Amino acid sequence: MSVKLRSPLGQAYGLGTAREGAQAWWSLRMSAVALIPLTLWWVYEAVAHTGVDYAGFVAWVREPITAILLILTLSVTLLHTAQGLQEVIEDYLHVEWAKIAGLIIVRFGCVVLAVAGIYSVLRIAFGG
Amino acid sequence: MSITNRPMSPHLQVYRPQFTSILSIANRITGVALSAGTVVLVGQLFAAANGPSCFASFQHFVGSWLGLFILVGWSFSLFFHLCNGIRHLVWDFGIGLDLDTAYKTGNWVLLASVALTVLTWLGVIIHGGH
Repeated sequence: MSVKLRSPLGQAYGLGTAREGAQAWWSLRMSAVALIPLTLWWVYEAVAHTGVDYAGFVAWVREPITAILLILTLSVTLLHTAQGLQEVIEDYLHVEWAKIAGLIIVRFGCVVLAVAGIYSVLRIAFGG
Repeated sequence: MSITNRPMSPHLQVYRPQFTSILSIANRITGVALSAGTVVLVGQLFAAANGPSCFASFQHFVGSWLGLFILVGWSFSLFFHLCNGIRHLVWDFGIGLDLDTAYKTGNWVLLASVALTVLTWLGVIIHGGH
């Protein structure tokens, strides 16, 4: 059965798909898969360190495996956040300037948070 | 103008909410909420990097009623987004897309999110005596 899926207007315009997007789709799923173990690790550690004082928290971050996994968790979480929020903005914000402004704010915000988080981990890990 | 017979997109305004559509939008809502949670995570690390007094004010805020409210909401959103995200990844393989299975896995997701949230907070209460 062959069903005509294109509208007459679409045919008149001669526009098809944007021929991009598969990369974004795949990338969002890759970060999602990576976040399954990272999130479970982080929640477990957060619960195990409930109510810990400053010295205890710093000692935890200074363990190499903690610092490495924290930086990974921060990076992948903020990558996934940027990708997810971009999808939400593109789906619901239809005023062009607002959409572009939203995309810029999300992208910039996620990069700033990632840098601030990674800097903090490194400062605790290597600080005197 | 002739209308082609392509499938229509379910439009929120004219579509009766269903269990599956509510879970779908909840995945996005929890995702957006988790973005705010990430700010708390970065805030904790930044406070710790800035020294004991900064870290103490952060802990004080997190221990307040507002802080705890945010943490409980955050943990449920995290587990919901995690479980439903896994459901979405399974769908990406073309598995479980029929209506019966979608409802069944939707219930599993809700149950698992509540169970994991309760388990987490039981752990917090047990470890709270630090």
